[in-house]
Amino acid sequence: MSAAARPRFAYVPPPELGDAAIRRVPVAIVGAGPVGLTAAAEFASLGRETVLLDEDDTVSVGSRAICWSKRTLEVFDRIGVADRIAGKGVVWNRGRLFHGDREVYAFDLLPEPGHRRPAFVNLQQYHVEDFLIDRVAELGRTDIRWRSRVTAVEQLADGAARLTVETPDGVYRLDADCVLAADGVRSAVRRAMQLDFKGRVFEDRFLIADVTMKAGFPSERWFWFDPPFHSGRSVLLHRQADDVFRIDFQLPAAADPDEERKPENVLPRLRQMLGPEVDFALEWVSVYSFTCRRMKKFRHGPVFFVGDSAHVVSPFGARGGNGGIQDVDNLCWKLDLVLSGAAPDGLLDSYDDERIPAADENILNSTRSTDFMTPKSAVSEDFRAAALELAARLPFARQLVNSGRLSLPHVYRATPLSTRDAEAWDGGPEPGAAAIDAPVRDNAGLAWLLERTGGRFTLLWFADEAPAVPTFANLEALRPRVDLVTVVRRGAPDAAAVVDPDGTAFRRWSAVDGTAYLLRPDQHVAARWRWPSIDDVTKALQRASGSAVAEGGLRSAGG
Amino acid sequence: MADLITEPNLPDPDGFYDRLIRAHHGLDDAASRRMNARLVLLLANHIGDPEAIGQALAIARGEPGEASTRTP
Ligand SMILES: Cc1cc2nc3c(=O)[nH]c(=O)nc-3n(C[C@H](O)[C@H](O)[C@H](O)COP(=O)(O)OP(=O)(O)OC[C@H]3O[C@@H](n4cnc5c(N)ncnc54)[C@H](O)[C@@H]3O)c2cc1C
Repeated sequence: MSAAARPRFAYVPPPELGDAAIRRVPVAIVGAGPVGLTAAAEFASLGRETVLLDEDDTVSVGSRAICWSKRTLEVFDRIGVADRIAGKGVVWNRGRLFHGDREVYAFDLLPEPGHRRPAFVNLQQYHVEDFLIDRVAELGRTDIRWRSRVTAVEQLADGAARLTVETPDGVYRLDADCVLAADGVRSAVRRAMQLDFKGRVFEDRFLIADVTMKAGFPSERWFWFDPPFHSGRSVLLHRQADDVFRIDFQLPAAADPDEERKPENVLPRLRQMLGPEVDFALEWVSVYSFTCRRMKKFRHGPVFFVGDSAHVVSPFGARGGNGGIQDVDNLCWKLDLVLSGAAPDGLLDSYDDERIPAADENILNSTRSTDFMTPKSAVSEDFRAAALELAARLPFARQLVNSGRLSLPHVYRATPLSTRDAEAWDGGPEPGAAAIDAPVRDNAGLAWLLERTGGRFTLLWFADEAPAVPTFANLEALRPRVDLVTVVRRGAPDAAAVVDPDGTAFRRWSAVDGTAYLLRPDQHVAARWRWPSIDDVTKALQRASGSAVAEGGLRSAGG
Repeated sequence: MADLITEPNLPDPDGFYDRLIRAHHGLDDAASRRMNARLVLLLANHIGDPEAIGQALAIARGEPGEASTRTP
């Protein structure tokens, strides 16, 4: 998208300007990137109002995220924007890997049918942000304020945070019970609070070009090690919407970014890669070097860091934006419960317990991919060449070739919110894992299991026949806090029961008659059983709502 | 006598690869080559089976019929 084509959102002078009294709101979100916008939409879907502040008045520019993972799309489904994003985006499941002038192998990321969403959809970040902004407006409840830069954060004696906000018409202050700092890798909130952001800087540089062309490249991810058109280095080609292609060229560490970015240097590279016939135009070029860093803790009293402000990774694996979306997936329901008094403040500490290991997993994976792409010694080049040579023929070596380990939802294994399995399980999502989709029939026709979950706690009860088993009646007592969904093998669907016509849901969930899963509002498994009692479910629900974690107070927790 | 395993068999391939590369950190080329040689000898001794070792040698060397992992 050219700079001129970007939408501009209207700045409205805020009512607080010139008002001596400082307004207090429950939730303020700083930053309207993909992560802050998703948080606003999540809160709105939960019925909660927020103030969303962004220093700019438009969507992001240049070459940024393009690959949105299945889990992100499932979160987007929950906030009602996935159809639009998947509709505009390019679906791909297939990756192909080349070494020199040969194809080494191809892989399929979603080998089985029967999921609503594919492994990945590619769509330029600016389109995603644009659609999220529309959705946030549609949902209402978000007071979105453009050209509002947060410059200072102060923690008040009662535990709330006071933000200083700069606008074109002057400065005002805003108090919030909690703040989501979604203000990106250079987070002003993080700097204002003088918090650390440590990790590794990679020396290698990458030239990233977005190119418009009508060439007949299929919707696949192509990765080259040492191609004839870029000897000794790697290249990645990805398709986006509007006939735009993303091309990443690895550059030597010593490359001069300003030189490399010049069209007279970029165009010959592209010409060599694409061949003499192809018509193309450059949309955008940048030279990046990458870092992998994270904050030591993501929660600091009333301030919660989400997305790039909390952690940043190299883009190989598409774990940046997707990881950030999972942050808010994890955090918003917890804040909603705590703010409405339904859970203790300690529940919020589980954000660190759950999302720090997730960030570490993303950092580990993208560090290893980046290392594989940029061997640092003769021996590591030898091993890589050996792995690639063997990979053409032998399946074991394919596992060693690393061109990016693509984002999957993190499994919260060491969390105080999960109830440990009491029985032996030979499959199905374990406690801490994200729910698995399956096609089902409800009273309106074909539906998806995941559509029936999310936003609230859900008890998924598997039964051979409808109507459901007697135990189920006892569980009715949980209604105020838990949605009950039965999955039956046979019978007719009704308001509470869906039918699993071909046994896919039973198989994926390793279910038999009497199997039950308690799902959290973020669709992660809190507990699972064969024939639980109402007592089992109640205890697991309490645990998942933070009863087992230390008491504190959103207003008293220190920074 | 067993066939050489060429299907995936490492529980954590990325972790293994990372360890392997890290183990060479700080070594110059000659020292790395010697380390690799020692490593081959150690792993060969662990495998023991001459059939499997023979197949591995042929594949690594890239000889005709190299991809076959069947016992003749
Ligand atoms: C080349 C490249 C390729 C990538 N590819 C992928 C990919 O395929 N998939 C993927 O998931 N991720 C990818 N990423 C990462 C992804 O772009 C980021 O992880 C994502 O943008 C993070 O979103 P965010 O909302 O946390 O931060 P940002 O997108 O950086 O948004 C921060 C927002 O905060 C606002 N802001 C900043 N400071 C202030 C302030 N003081 N006050 C108010 N507002 C402020 C900004 O205006 C901005 O709108 C890629 C990144 C790069 C560079």
